[in-house]
Amino acid sequence: MERIEQHPILSIETAETIHITVDGRVLEARAGDTIAAALLANGIRTFRHTAKLHEPRGLFCGIGQCTDCIMEVDGRPNVRTCVTRVRDGMIIRTQQGNGGLRHEAL
Amino acid sequence: MKHYDLIVVGAGPAGSGAAIEAGRRGASVLLIDENDRPGGQLSKQIHKFFGSQEHHAGTRGFIIGQALLREAQEAKVEIRLGWRVWGIFPDGSVTAANDTESVRFHGALIVLATGASENALSFPGCTLPGVMTAGAAQTFANVHHVLPGHDFVMVGSGNVGLIVTYQLLQAGANVKAILEAAPKLSGYAVHAGKVRRAGVPIMLQHTVVRAFGHDALEAVEVAQVDDHFQPVSGTGSVIPCDTLCLAVGLTPRIELARAAGCAMVWSGPLGGMIPRHDRHMESGQDRILVAGDLAGIEEASTALDEGRLAGIRAAFRLGLISSAEYEELRTQAQERLDRLRQGPFGEKRRLAKEEVWRA
Repeated sequence: MERIEQHPILSIETAETIHITVDGRVLEARAGDTIAAALLANGIRTFRHTAKLHEPRGLFCGIGQCTDCIMEVDGRPNVRTCVTRVRDGMIIRTQQGNGGLRHEAL
Repeated sequence: MKHYDLIVVGAGPAGSGAAIEAGRRGASVLLIDENDRPGGQLSKQIHKFFGSQEHHAGTRGFIIGQALLREAQEAKVEIRLGWRVWGIFPDGSVTAANDTESVRFHGALIVLATGASENALSFPGCTLPGVMTAGAAQTFANVHHVLPGHDFVMVGSGNVGLIVTYQLLQAGANVKAILEAAPKLSGYAVHAGKVRRAGVPIMLQHTVVRAFGHDALEAVEVAQVDDHFQPVSGTGSVIPCDTLCLAVGLTPRIELARAAGCAMVWSGPLGGMIPRHDRHMESGQDRILVAGDLAGIEEASTALDEGRLAGIRAAFRLGLISSAEYEELRTQAQERLDRLRQGPFGEKRRLAKEEVWRA
């Protein structure tokens, strides 16, 4: 898990550094990053735990289809981190379960 | 409610092709996509495409995507990104939502080009973070410029598995092995040659049987499989890795077509259940046409030409071109498609497609 700084085909431009807070820790991200990309670049792979068995989940499809990578973002649960871009000051939390929805309600 | 001659759902190669061809002939076209950038999965294709000049041979996929965007703009296509189409109704209204609102449009005709999703594979540990589709790793490396891991194992030796392996190497990753359950390679030899020369072993008749890790992937157990794809006991070995990529095929995204009432047919070679359609890309459901991976999994060049065909058909049905013009343009598009469906790989798809037309 690292940023690609050099590439034989792609020209990599370095975007402005911004800051996000993940589970209370302030981390660097780059403007334009998706949340998932910023987390992976910081070595974070577990984005949530499931409701019943509390199993870890992370990136799976990477294009907004599968919803495995959802997290709590600025207080809002179930945000698809692979297609949502970071914003300076964004507060991100590892999501536990259904993000506030009760089982009985599902 | 705003009215359009044509609403195209999906701005990948198929949808872009349809929008361009109809827009060029004077149709008012709305091209709508849930992603915040157009081009569909072309944006992550950094390899040069094969084929002839008419199919952009020698041009990298993301460059083709940029060219299609320019063509669509020149054809005065209205492009709406970041909108998810969630409903299609018999009167031709199409509902789409972004994060804050839902709006309704009306289309005299609708082209569905919703593409495909990557298949998953089921084995103990398959839900661990670090187990992901090959396309996810490719998107993160090539579009977001972040490697989702360092030590990779790839499942599947089709073109996706081979190409993504090579692109992970280009991005600086270590790919320890490619596993292929079949007794022979399933992608092109030219792609296999590139990864083999880079030192990546392709393990035929092998698959992943288990993934290990506490909070995320740490290793996988692989084993040889017999002729019925069952693991052979005593052949298991453990490969430490932090990322396991699954390149085990694609499934057409048929939800919207189904919701719109399109009849479905099964085609194994084309990826499973697909909307029934004829050689004009008409679904049989009045006003709805289909194109690209939704109408059968092939590849980007085919999707583009199928989309162009659907766009030409839409222009004809809208009365913008004569039947003689339509027949000439359709024949040209069909000839391009036939050339893409040649050879041992293409032939199977051509026959499957013809079977769908007869269904």
